[in-house]
Amino acid sequence: MKDDRQSFVSQTVPIQSATFTNEVNAEIRRAADTGIYDIRGGGAKRRVPHFDDLLFLGASISRYPLEGYRESCDTRVVLGTRHAKNPIELEIPVTIAGMSFGSLSGPAKEALGRGASAAGTSTTTGDGGMTEEERGHSTKLIYQYLPSRYGMNPDDLRRADAIEIVIGQGAKPGGGGMLLGQKISDRVAEMRNLPMGIDQRSACRHPDWTGPDDLEIKILELREITGWRVPIYVKIGGTRPYFDTTLAVKSGADVVVLDGMQGGTAATQDVFIEHVGLPTLACIRPAVQALQDLGLHREVQLVISGGVRTGADVAKALALGADAVAIGTAALVALGDNDPKWESEYQKLGTTAGAYDDWHEGQDPAGITTQIPELMARFDPIEGGRRLKNYLKVLTLEAQTIARACGHNRLHNLEPEDLCALTMEAAAMARVPLAGTDWYPGKAGF
Amino acid sequence: MQTFDLEAGSLRELNEMLHAQKDDTNQTAWEIVNAKGSHAIAVGLDAPIEVTIKGSTGYYCGGMNKLATIIIHGSAGPGVAENMMSGKVVIEGDASQYAGATGHGGLLVIKGNASSRCGISMKGIDIVVHGNIGHMSAFMAQSGNLVVCGDAGEALGDSLYEANLFVRGKVKTLGADCIEKEILPEHMEILKDLLKQAGAEANPDEFRRYGSARKLYNFDVDNVASY
Repeated sequence: MKDDRQSFVSQTVPIQSATFTNEVNAEIRRAADTGIYDIRGGGAKRRVPHFDDLLFLGASISRYPLEGYRESCDTRVVLGTRHAKNPIELEIPVTIAGMSFGSLSGPAKEALGRGASAAGTSTTTGDGGMTEEERGHSTKLIYQYLPSRYGMNPDDLRRADAIEIVIGQGAKPGGGGMLLGQKISDRVAEMRNLPMGIDQRSACRHPDWTGPDDLEIKILELREITGWRVPIYVKIGGTRPYFDTTLAVKSGADVVVLDGMQGGTAATQDVFIEHVGLPTLACIRPAVQALQDLGLHREVQLVISGGVRTGADVAKALALGADAVAIGTAALVALGDNDPKWESEYQKLGTTAGAYDDWHEGQDPAGITTQIPELMARFDPIEGGRRLKNYLKVLTLEAQTIARACGHNRLHNLEPEDLCALTMEAAAMARVPLAGTDWYPGKAGF
Repeated sequence: MQTFDLEAGSLRELNEMLHAQKDDTNQTAWEIVNAKGSHAIAVGLDAPIEVTIKGSTGYYCGGMNKLATIIIHGSAGPGVAENMMSGKVVIEGDASQYAGATGHGGLLVIKGNASSRCGISMKGIDIVVHGNIGHMSAFMAQSGNLVVCGDAGEALGDSLYEANLFVRGKVKTLGADCIEKEILPEHMEILKDLLKQAGAEANPDEFRRYGSARKLYNFDVDNVASY
């Protein structure tokens, strides 16, 4: 006779480890299969304290709001006022971050120039030099001066509207770059003076200076070559923002560009992206503090980048003391990167729209992060430029909406007092009160 | 001959004056006195003029030079002729670190010794050093020729690409992926020509050539110890 009681015995429910998750185990297996770390593009994907953890308080009895459809809210900003004869005058405080020709196609660079120019802002070159598409379609082009000096020449330096000395970036502060051979086309190879098809390494530090004392002299050299006409930006990754900002300013920077760990890269090790550097939110207040301690806040401008997606992010960065923000990944998404319309092709690459980050492999279905002519042909730089302009407009309108609601007729009048934080971590990093309190960690009197 | 006294005039005035010279200038000869280690002297020149500097220079003398000939009657500080595009820079004395760094073209002649990282990331420049060079020279050198009549320090040519390194004396150590290579007739022609242009009285037959083994050109996990 069958014993039915056995079917009523309680079973242990399978429990997935919170430490050895499916993703972690998959990465262990991948590492065991290949013997090499994962290389990818983009910025940190892990959840870190971010602008989403802040809220604006808005106006009420104690603050007087502005009418959204009638009263103006100024968005203009001038960068590089400290030493340059010709500072950069922007209509909006959102700029396009440096992204290289090589990692991006020529038409994609053109689209960035078109969109930025139509919106009244600047775009930035990247490793690999300045292309004609980009210069020709950018009314304000920032020329990056990088450790590799690929494509670097004094003629392009002189036709730039500003120079950005890149010391680090948020995705990989302290790290160099890698452009895999698949993307080293004839044109890319020629511009970088390298054999075609090799893996091109970008150095992690500059070849002809070390430390802030040298940097000061390097900046002098660049100013002398360009006749003191254009601003010199110094871009740093988010590591020790107070000290690095102080040293950049001491070295003579007109503008400090500070990039947090959510900022993207064309390619580096995943372990680097996820485990080195500070969240953008944690960078801003120490950098602003450094500028204030030097008596140079607003005289040396601060540009923040790394995970800026919405007008709310723009407004929050400005409220914390930034003068402008830079967008990279968001600009690529606006152009069409990771668009679900290419889902079937993302699937073939073993990924899905929104998660595609193998930009370094050059197989981008959207035709943006590639040098393959057939893929590049999918991307229309005129349409891309239009989309980017639209997106920049929306960012600006959103930021203006918030500023007016806080009672400001100028975006740059936003201030930390307009904000509160939803978490203790965000309160500590942004140095704004935890929502419903007048306290944040580190504030005296607790 | 135009003479500029850096004690009497500013660096800005000097460079502005030199930048004002165009291809067809008839003010082709310039002399700078009282250099006294000033930085960024004669940077970004873009005309076929000859600039003679009396005394030693600081950082980046002749940086990003195009077309001009710059002669330093003294020693040069770090980064002399960095990112030179064309023209010629001659140093009668010694050169500090990063001489000719990232240079794309032209000829850099160092009649004394050069310190560390000489020719780092060179991208087409030719460099001739009459004396010795320091460690990590020609690191990640992409193209061009580095000729050393004396000895080379540690890690010569580490991670280099397609540059040719000619050394007459001892090489303390070679860097990753740098190996000795045969001197073919075309290399001998280059070497002889550069020695002649640099006024170096050295027997070309006494040189050895070093270049890339090209094993690190594409990532290979089996080479991980070299990265």
